[in-house]
Amino acid sequence: MSTVLEATDLAVEYRGHRTVRAVDGVSLTISAGEVLALVGESGCGKSSTARAVIGMEKPHSGDIRFRGAPVPPLGLRRRKAELTAMQMVFQDPNSSLNPRKRVGDQIADGVTAARSRGLSSDAPRQWLGAVGLDPDMVTRYPHQFSGGQRQRIAIARALAAQPDLLVADEPISALDASSQSEVASMMRRLVLQAGAGMLFISHDLSVVRIMADRVAVMYRGRIVESGPTAMVWADPVHPYTKALLGAIPHPDGKGVLPAAPAAEAPAEWHEELPGALDRG
Amino acid sequence: MSASTSPRTRLRRGRLFRAIPTAWRTPLAMVGAIIALAWIVIALIAPWAAPHDPLAQQLPRLTAPGDASVLGTDQVGRDVFSRLLTGARVTMPLALLMVVSATVLGTLIGSIAGFVGGWVDETLMRLTDLIMAFPTVILAMIIAASLGPSLLNAVIAGIVVSWPQYARVVRSLVLSLRTQNFVIAGRLLGYSPWRSLRSDILPNVAGPVLVLASLDIGTAILLLTGLSFLGLGAQPPAAEWGSMISGAMSHIDAWWLGVFPGLAILTVVMAFNFIGDSLRDALDPLSSAEREGAAGGTEHEEPAAVENPTTEEGR
Amino acid sequence: MSALSIRDLTIAFGRHDPVQVVSGISLDLSPGKIQGLAGESGSGKTVSAMAVLGLLPATAQVGGSIRLGTTELVGLRPRELNRVRGRRIAMVFQDPSASLHPQLTIGAQLTDHVRAHLRLNRRDARQRAIDLLTQVHVPDPAEALRRYPHQFSGGQRQRIAIAVALACDPEVLLADEPTTALDVTVQAGILHLLRELVDQRDLAVLLVTHDLGVMSAVADDVAVMRHGQIVESGSTHDVFTTPQHAYTRTLLESMPDAQQSLVEDDE
Repeated sequence: MSTVLEATDLAVEYRGHRTVRAVDGVSLTISAGEVLALVGESGCGKSSTARAVIGMEKPHSGDIRFRGAPVPPLGLRRRKAELTAMQMVFQDPNSSLNPRKRVGDQIADGVTAARSRGLSSDAPRQWLGAVGLDPDMVTRYPHQFSGGQRQRIAIARALAAQPDLLVADEPISALDASSQSEVASMMRRLVLQAGAGMLFISHDLSVVRIMADRVAVMYRGRIVESGPTAMVWADPVHPYTKALLGAIPHPDGKGVLPAAPAAEAPAEWHEELPGALDRG
Repeated sequence: MSASTSPRTRLRRGRLFRAIPTAWRTPLAMVGAIIALAWIVIALIAPWAAPHDPLAQQLPRLTAPGDASVLGTDQVGRDVFSRLLTGARVTMPLALLMVVSATVLGTLIGSIAGFVGGWVDETLMRLTDLIMAFPTVILAMIIAASLGPSLLNAVIAGIVVSWPQYARVVRSLVLSLRTQNFVIAGRLLGYSPWRSLRSDILPNVAGPVLVLASLDIGTAILLLTGLSFLGLGAQPPAAEWGSMISGAMSHIDAWWLGVFPGLAILTVVMAFNFIGDSLRDALDPLSSAEREGAAGGTEHEEPAAVENPTTEEGR
Repeated sequence: MSALSIRDLTIAFGRHDPVQVVSGISLDLSPGKIQGLAGESGSGKTVSAMAVLGLLPATAQVGGSIRLGTTELVGLRPRELNRVRGRRIAMVFQDPSASLHPQLTIGAQLTDHVRAHLRLNRRDARQRAIDLLTQVHVPDPAEALRRYPHQFSGGQRQRIAIAVALACDPEVLLADEPTTALDVTVQAGILHLLRELVDQRDLAVLLVTHDLGVMSAVADDVAVMRHGQIVESGSTHDVFTTPQHAYTRTLLESMPDAQQSLVEDDE
């Protein structure tokens, strides 16, 4: 499998009256045809990692390479055509689409990006169909869709660019619970069909279990455990991963309270366990 | 039910599209629109509607309104009514020219400042600060006076003093829009900065700028007539409302000389302000949500994030 | 004997052309039990909880009956409702900041509240505030009284919000998505606390949530809402293991827990 993304020792800092190091030495690689899920709780740095990888955030230090070439942060200049093979799906479906532009035209921008790299892409109508919407809706404006439908359109636009890498930052957390796993599965299917790789950011571990090949667990800016999803699930090694998995309540009707950590942020969660990284 | 009539759909639609039809529905806007339209018609037909040549000094001097002349005559025997109608042709198009130019200039500078940022932004914004630090009218007077008294120079002075407010508004809108996900998505798809500005940012700036401009037309008319009144705009013998009032100053007992152009200015300014106000209210999401009434309650409890496409169809 | 009894509750919004968002739901809350109310956004679950508190906007038309013990709450005058709210019925929201004043110390908020309602003197009120914080397991309660809400983590803030809600020994607690904004490890702690308080104090709780995992973990009974109606209700075990209504089945089947991993094992 060919590596599409390689991030090494990534650090992201936010300057304020106190500089916050949101991402502290994160390394990850994603190959074509694989979904890597980056999971963790709010503020752990997973979204900052995604934004840095795609170039929305200028990293403080570290190296990001897409297909071997460095990824410069989005600046004033137009992004090079090769880099349009990295696409992103955002958390908030309401701000993901231009309210003044027909959805078909927005998907067509993705098609144009694919063509600029000499690739063919389906027509916007077909992309709408691919994400489970009525192809005739191409002439509508975003406000005529529900939040969940808008997210599907944003996914269609990103995929229409025929990306080699899709970065999805909490793409399902704004959706109704009943459609979350469906949309996540759809994303996995379409990305893999295209032979691309995906970085899937989520705080919802149950969804990650069914759709990620590998998982990286982030805590306070660092990856504490990573490996094949099934392996991490069945046999978590790091204390934080154990706590995280143990705390998930399951809708099984058994009335079992999930395990609660004895304290907030116990010291053992900060431990560095080299054996927990890159398992499998 | 068709999509455009349901109140729910209207709430979600692009605000500008929604605002224009709703704006006309308020009584204030109707009054404003009727008066403004009447003045525009007057301006168009003035050459034919005016009973006399507005510049000809052929009538008896200083006759009160009556049978000979509807609104009386001035100190050199010109017909006030004819001059009033002709004045509409002078002031309104120039005020419009002034507002449009200031809007275009301000939007251009504001979007460059907001989009490019850095020292470019810093420099342009200090320039707007500099202009906005002076009282508008005084600054316009100084500029008009230094350019030499003429109506065109008054318009230029007006543009110079009024573009900064557009620049500031546009800049702040651009600053918030450029971090919006859809703008970033466009950049990731390979949009050039210019394309991003043109297709993602400016269409979403248009609404607020339009409101600002519509509110500014009244101000522009006031500024132009004001400068003419002070002798810095239209020059005698031109039929211009401000200079007509100015001429009336020395004949204070001939009330009709000042009152009628004054009323003309008052009604035009009022009309455009009514329109601008209504447009602003209609664009303001809060006030338009109140107007929606019935649908307001359900929207406010639990936003309608319906997954099922069929419910969307049904609306 | 139920602590709170809702009968045929209907809620509509708008004067002319009203939109009905809740159409005839009935629920009973019993002391020492957690009644879950599940449903997706727009199902009417939050509006129903708001109606119990009389917190709906003036455009809402509420029909049916909500009885707290022997007091009928529907149609109660605002002043009388105020006496019930906070004393006999308390509420915990998704965002703990909604029930905490950002510029007052925790001590000021807790002691003011108990002094106003229970007519305690300063020392007794302080002792009661410390007791309450101890019950919700806020570490070092005496010190916590001196601090402001922003100095606590989200989970601790929710614990404090629960302490404020319990200050006047209410009979009924309404919890609207109390853990939705929290991280999953913090959520687990709050769920433990909720269960513990219900058992200790014989509280009747209405737990509104879209999260079926949370529901399954703490609720004794569950009602599933859709389009303003309860489509299924019963004991949590029954509803989750043998759902009768097609909608409940769809909801449960859509949960990731019910699904196989899509990752093919190629090793």
